[in-house]
Amino acid sequence: MASSWFSRLLFWPRWFWRQLTSMRTALFLLLLLALASIPGSIYPQRSADPNGVRLFFDNQPELAEVLDAIQLFDVYTSVWFSAIYILLFVSLVGCVLPRTKVHLAAIRSKPVKTPENLRRMAVHVEGQKKIELANAAELLRDRGFRVQQQGNSVSAEKGYLKETGNLVFHFSLVGVLIAVGIGGGFSFSGQRVLVEGDTFVNNLASYDSIAPGPLFFEDELKPFSLTLDDFEVVYDLRNRQNLGQPVDFIASVTLDDGLNELSDEIRVNHPLEVPGANVYLTGNGYAPVVTLTDGEGNVAFSGPVVYLPQDGNMTSLGVVKAPDAIPKQIGLISFFYPTVETLTSGAYTSIYPDPIDPLLTVNVYAGDLGLDGGVPRNVFALDVSNMELVAGRDGPNPPLELGVGEVVELPDGLGSLSFDGLLRYASLDIAYNPGGIWVLVFAALALVSLVLSLSIQRRRVWVRVTDEKIEYAALARGDDAGLESLVLEIKSEIEERS
Amino acid sequence: MNIVLNEPLSQLSLLFVSAAMGFLAISLLLFSFQLARLSQDEADSKFERLGFWLLGLATVILGVGVVMRGVAANRVPWANMYEFSISGALMILTIYLISLRVRDLRYIATFVTGFTLVILFAAVSLFYVEVKTLMPALQSYWLVIHVVVAIMATGFFAIAAGFHIFYLLKAAGVGEKVLSRFPDLKQLERIAYRFNMVGFVAWSFTLIAGAIWAERAWHRYWGWDTKEVWTFIIWVLYAGYLHAMATRGWTGKRAAWLGLIGFAAVIFNFTVVNLFFKGLHVYSGL
Ligand code: HEM
Repeated sequence: MASSWFSRLLFWPRWFWRQLTSMRTALFLLLLLALASIPGSIYPQRSADPNGVRLFFDNQPELAEVLDAIQLFDVYTSVWFSAIYILLFVSLVGCVLPRTKVHLAAIRSKPVKTPENLRRMAVHVEGQKKIELANAAELLRDRGFRVQQQGNSVSAEKGYLKETGNLVFHFSLVGVLIAVGIGGGFSFSGQRVLVEGDTFVNNLASYDSIAPGPLFFEDELKPFSLTLDDFEVVYDLRNRQNLGQPVDFIASVTLDDGLNELSDEIRVNHPLEVPGANVYLTGNGYAPVVTLTDGEGNVAFSGPVVYLPQDGNMTSLGVVKAPDAIPKQIGLISFFYPTVETLTSGAYTSIYPDPIDPLLTVNVYAGDLGLDGGVPRNVFALDVSNMELVAGRDGPNPPLELGVGEVVELPDGLGSLSFDGLLRYASLDIAYNPGGIWVLVFAALALVSLVLSLSIQRRRVWVRVTDEKIEYAALARGDDAGLESLVLEIKSEIEERS
Repeated sequence: MNIVLNEPLSQLSLLFVSAAMGFLAISLLLFSFQLARLSQDEADSKFERLGFWLLGLATVILGVGVVMRGVAANRVPWANMYEFSISGALMILTIYLISLRVRDLRYIATFVTGFTLVILFAAVSLFYVEVKTLMPALQSYWLVIHVVVAIMATGFFAIAAGFHIFYLLKAAGVGEKVLSRFPDLKQLERIAYRFNMVGFVAWSFTLIAGAIWAERAWHRYWGWDTKEVWTFIIWVLYAGYLHAMATRGWTGKRAAWLGLIGFAAVIFNFTVVNLFFKGLHVYSGL
């Protein structure tokens, strides 16, 4: 009574588990996974393209709200995407574990009992020539079969590695998933812009932005410092159709790990190994060095300013904020043209990315920079709502224009600006992912076992000798085009030996 | 950095590619003619032999064209869409000609020549670009490995897709006369499975090699970039196909459709994703 009550209680869970671990469900979930991956290639993703997401919100705010609500900007970490792959992997484990048990038993057991009626097998031929069973057994053993002589017959089996390969393949996929998950947890990546001559010291405060995994702790940052000695961009000067195309970016750096100082290069595709991380080169640009002197003659700002490239010829945009300038706070919005050219409209453009004829144009704003509100401000944007344009295209005075080494006065006695020199900067990514190597190991294991699983045939072969006849038969898992020729080959070889 | 580009040589290579297209077109005509009158005639006709002779010639000429393009650009000739296309066409023809030595697959010659002709036509008319040096992110030996294996996988998938199409036509009873020369459904399915299997292994390798390269070039091995997404989708679709082939009720027509969907994703990945989707793989070079 109790047991039937108990089994009735377990009926639905059992049923559910059987459904989940069936081949049809696995197939369905695989197709669903493919389908669910598609939207992430259509809509910008926060992880890969945060700027695209921001633009989407600016352009179509209502639609963006809706899409965001169903996580279409975070497809690969979304609830629904996760649900699919977790179900798939539960199904996988539930499917593969029982098969592993069966397979382990099969490996240890002897070849199957020779069937009574060999005519029913996929391949069946009769031999005319008399043979010795012992020869047949020996030959099959030489061919890598597991062999057992059973009275008047020999039963042989081979290709266990096919199922082994299949099982290892599926387990390796689980390995990949776990390594990705755990590795991601311990990983971190941080970004830092470094101007020529600057030094980066590895601690959290030195990063411009940082994305640590949930299991990452600050004390995992190993001590080192990195100085950008020089940054060189090599342009193609030989081939007309390619002129101005960058062919190499070379960041010459000095790495100091506390024990040694070491000079090295970082290039695209050639990250630098530093203690506990790799340093990658991800971007570059110009950093004009400027000095802003206020109306009182005090230096209100001095140093290199990171300019963001706007086009292929490195027209770049930079912002300077001088909150301490007297009598009024000063903000500058400035364009840098490495090789300047005047368009027919009178506007400037850059026609070559290297600084052959560099020019800085500057719009000057005076008033309140709005920095006191305690709200973090984007260093690349100037809030001009409480400021007055004193020099600029639409302002009372024309924009300032400076070549390297030049000084110009600001209007209204606000001070002066000098363009002291030109440096380059490198955007560096400092990244650490301990899971990567394990992902690779499991992926490689998956690949090797996949090849085994797909290339090996599981075959059973029988030879029976009775007074009336000599029979050869074979059976394979799945369809096996080479089975018949294999049996004929074996037959003639056995006959040769006898 | 002293890479010298040789555009005149690239133009000459274009001439070779075009010549290969001419020979392919003639052999396509011969194969189609042969197929159309098959019901009366025995397999081994003069037309067909001439067709294969021309197919071999076209492959050699195309091969010369591809090599010349590589020499002109001073690197492997598979770094933009034009180059993928001509290398891919060469790969498909080579795989086909080699498999002909293993097995009699003459009956899909029309499909193979027709398909490569379409690819080459798209290449010379839509995708052609002057030779350019590589952007720094592409300057890596992984370009050689990752892309060549991807092209190989595509070649195997393409031929399998041909088998799927003929399987479905035959199963639907379309063009019975023409298709009578083709082997039975079981055989067609099995051969498609073989090609897809090799394609899948190659694609798996492509995926892994791509991740290793991404770790070098973009500081992470996987970031769901659009191209990565589609590589993954294709991989999952073909894994689905392999599963279908082992699932009762899913072999035959359903599996054939799955294989075709997988191949449609391959084509989509190469065309629409390259041209219209935003991402890091901005090498289409158009
Ligand atoms: C992440 C999910 C999965 C992936 C990517 C995957 C992939 C594959 C691939 C590529 C194959 C063909 C290679 C081989 O035979 O070893 C295969 C075969 C197989 N898979 Fe999976 N699989 C997954 C989940 C599952 C699940 C959940 C099950 C069980 C329901 C399953 C059962 C099988 C079986 C039985 C075969 C052998 C088919 C045959 O005999 O040809 N797999 N799988």
